[in-house]
Amino acid sequence: MPTYTFNLNGKAVSVDAPADMPLLWVLRDKLGVTGPKYGCGVGVCRACTSHINGQAAQICTVAVSDVAGKNVTTIEGLAKGSTLHPVQQAWLDEDVAQCGFCQPGQIMQAAALLKTNHSPTDADIDKIVNVCRCGTYCRIRKAIKRAAASM
Amino acid sequence: MPDATRLTPVDGPRSVGRRRFLTYLVAAPTLTVAARLALTDATASAIVPSPDQPADLVDFGDVMAALTAANTNLFVLEVTEDNRVRFEVPRAEVGQGVTTALAMIVAEHLDARLADVDVPLSDARQDLGTAQSTGGSTSVRTLWEPIRTLAAMARARLVTAAAHRWNVPASSLTTHDTAVWSPAGQSASYGSLTAEAAQILVPEVSPLPKQTGFWLVGQPTGRVDAPDIVTGKAKYALDVSVAGALPTVVARAPKVGAPVVSYDATAARAMPGVVAVTQVPSGIAVTAQTFDQALKAKAALVVTWGTSPVDGVSDVDIKAALTAAIPPFALPPLLSQRVDATFDFAFVNHAPMEVGSAVVDVRATAAEVWVATKSPTGVQSAVASAAGLDTSAVTVHVVRGGGSFGRRVYSDPPVEAAQVSKAIGRPVKLMWTRNDDMRHGRMRPRSHHQLRATYLLGNVLSYEHRMSCVPVDFTGGGVGQAIVDAGYGSPTVGTGFFQLSEACPYNFGVVTEDLAEVPYALNTGTWRSVYSAQARTAEEIMVDEIARAMGWDPVSFRLMFLKTDAERAVVNKVATEGNWGRLMAPGTAQGVGLHQEYGSRAGCLVEIDCRTSTPRVTKGVLAVDVGRPVNPKGLEAQAMGSLMDGISTILYAGNHLDSGAFREGSYADFLYARQATAPLTCQVFVMPATGEPGGAGELCVPAAAAAVANAYARATGTKPRSFPLNF
Repeated sequence: MPTYTFNLNGKAVSVDAPADMPLLWVLRDKLGVTGPKYGCGVGVCRACTSHINGQAAQICTVAVSDVAGKNVTTIEGLAKGSTLHPVQQAWLDEDVAQCGFCQPGQIMQAAALLKTNHSPTDADIDKIVNVCRCGTYCRIRKAIKRAAASM
Repeated sequence: MPDATRLTPVDGPRSVGRRRFLTYLVAAPTLTVAARLALTDATASAIVPSPDQPADLVDFGDVMAALTAANTNLFVLEVTEDNRVRFEVPRAEVGQGVTTALAMIVAEHLDARLADVDVPLSDARQDLGTAQSTGGSTSVRTLWEPIRTLAAMARARLVTAAAHRWNVPASSLTTHDTAVWSPAGQSASYGSLTAEAAQILVPEVSPLPKQTGFWLVGQPTGRVDAPDIVTGKAKYALDVSVAGALPTVVARAPKVGAPVVSYDATAARAMPGVVAVTQVPSGIAVTAQTFDQALKAKAALVVTWGTSPVDGVSDVDIKAALTAAIPPFALPPLLSQRVDATFDFAFVNHAPMEVGSAVVDVRATAAEVWVATKSPTGVQSAVASAAGLDTSAVTVHVVRGGGSFGRRVYSDPPVEAAQVSKAIGRPVKLMWTRNDDMRHGRMRPRSHHQLRATYLLGNVLSYEHRMSCVPVDFTGGGVGQAIVDAGYGSPTVGTGFFQLSEACPYNFGVVTEDLAEVPYALNTGTWRSVYSAQARTAEEIMVDEIARAMGWDPVSFRLMFLKTDAERAVVNKVATEGNWGRLMAPGTAQGVGLHQEYGSRAGCLVEIDCRTSTPRVTKGVLAVDVGRPVNPKGLEAQAMGSLMDGISTILYAGNHLDSGAFREGSYADFLYARQATAPLTCQVFVMPATGEPGGAGELCVPAAAAAVANAYARATGTKPRSFPLNF
């Protein structure tokens, strides 16, 4: 079984895994990183959304071989130490979460958006397709705008 | 768990509403107070069927409260020496915010900081039984009084302990910030007083909960679990670290309920990491070192499936059967004018974000379970049965759940996990795939509705509603047994629940409502607000149509014909705040809806834009009256989520049955609302407190669904009849 090395939340990690093993299961079953969630396994619900080299990715459909040498950030690595990322803080301020299962993905998606778009419009936010079955969309929208303003 | 024989009753019975509570000092080194609920004659006499519209007099929440009271159960509050207040929550946290609301009730009546209150979810407790079930929007409604009774009693003892320590009158002391304070400014933390308070038998200040002067209850408060959620620390069942628990998935039939005839696992067993292949009643389970390996090996199985009990059955067949089964109207139309309408609602999956899952370790003499369940003792019994163990040998740890909407009162995932664990002698973490959840999970059943209203000289003379549906499975959470015990089990549990939940809130003359069930071997379930999600939605659409026929504006009509001022108030609130009747562009419109249940009521106004192929609700305004709001922020969240349920089930989201197989497999084709189909703004107005808390979690679904349908009708000039509309 080949070995893949990548940077996970600021630390180098190496795993023995088949080349096509989805990063989601590498993180959850081999590395014990459980922030990214399984919701569909086909990149539709986006509960697993994390960052690869700073860009949002649905890691249930990304093979571990494709992240070799890259920087992977999960929800666990978004805050700087005990200082929350502005998106996380906005999520607290707007009390966005209900069941919370999709929120790691929602937060990572919003954080990626705000990297390239400092003042997202409603139309920009509408393009986020992460599912929230509890229906927290209105608070997500407010939280993204709040985070954008604070950054 | 406290030993009932070591309890010392320390105050007499106290009547609160129809229930009374006894508090007990538990023999423990630190202050521990327990509440036992006692059934009073008044409660018993309230549960009497009424010949017409019993839900007006007694509803499912009353049944649950009576049941809770009838069980000899104990809820326990502890104050630890490290100044933590601990209340084990006998409920599930699935996003509805119950842990936050209950922690607030504790903090309020104990005068503790909210941050000092711990609210872990209680393991399954057989002594609680169904009283530990979560459902019917009953949690705050049934636990408000016992919890505040406990907290107030604990506070009285802590104050008395401080008075003894300082040798001052107890009445001179105050409490705040998890401490007792003297007039001179001296303070003692509860943690420092708890050992002394445990010895206090007779409190020297009132142990009764306050009726006014709330400093936290009623204040908008962020969720106590939000910091864990936003940092990824919140643990769901499959995130819990259980040594040696092996990932397991199950191959299921293409059609619902089809049995395994034979299977060849040769290729699957040879694949990397595969530990076991096990036949279970629901299919073939594959256990491996990782979920990736288990999923790949599952795909390599060769299974021959038998005939599904619903093979050949499609939506069109069920719709025809439901239509044929509709009970007749009771009244002839006579000389009046009338409005007739029929409605159909498709199957709808619960589709919580977290798929069915459980971690189970079955050993020779005991089993341990980690699961998000709304029926912990149901899981305990079901796993015991599957494992061949006594119920008392099964420990069930209740883990937070990634959504439920009614799904998690059923025990199927932990039972499958127990079957596999027992067979292979290893702990397993079993996961349903999204396809499993969509196609073999549970559904809000398809339903058909026929409604007729007659009117004459400006009055509605009669209103009749006949509903038929595939039966809802009420076995989850002990709901069915509770209905039977309350005397509503005849002719069926389903009709009993219908009687307990459905009431027409309007003065419509002679009102009759009836339900017929048409059984199919499909997996159904109690879906958020159960029958009301369809029945009351249909009724509110009908109200708009009656208003139109009689020449009324929909809001004015409701204000005129509603029975109570409380219901008029929420309609008035959304009409005022939502600027009802404002001039809008062609193809766009407003719509309103109302719902009352659970001792609560809600109004909803939406604006919809139907000028594109995908209609979009652009704005939502809700007014929520729950009698006494504990956490307005949590209520707002429940109202907003319910609005998304209304939008989704009316416009986009449903499940097709094609010859025994459900078509939709994931959120790619089960079109639950997303950001682009959610309103840009949503305002929720929480009505002021007027009494005791009612239910909140399911309340707004019918009001919102009806508002969306009514807005669609007004925007398009059509009469919507079959939901979801884009199906």
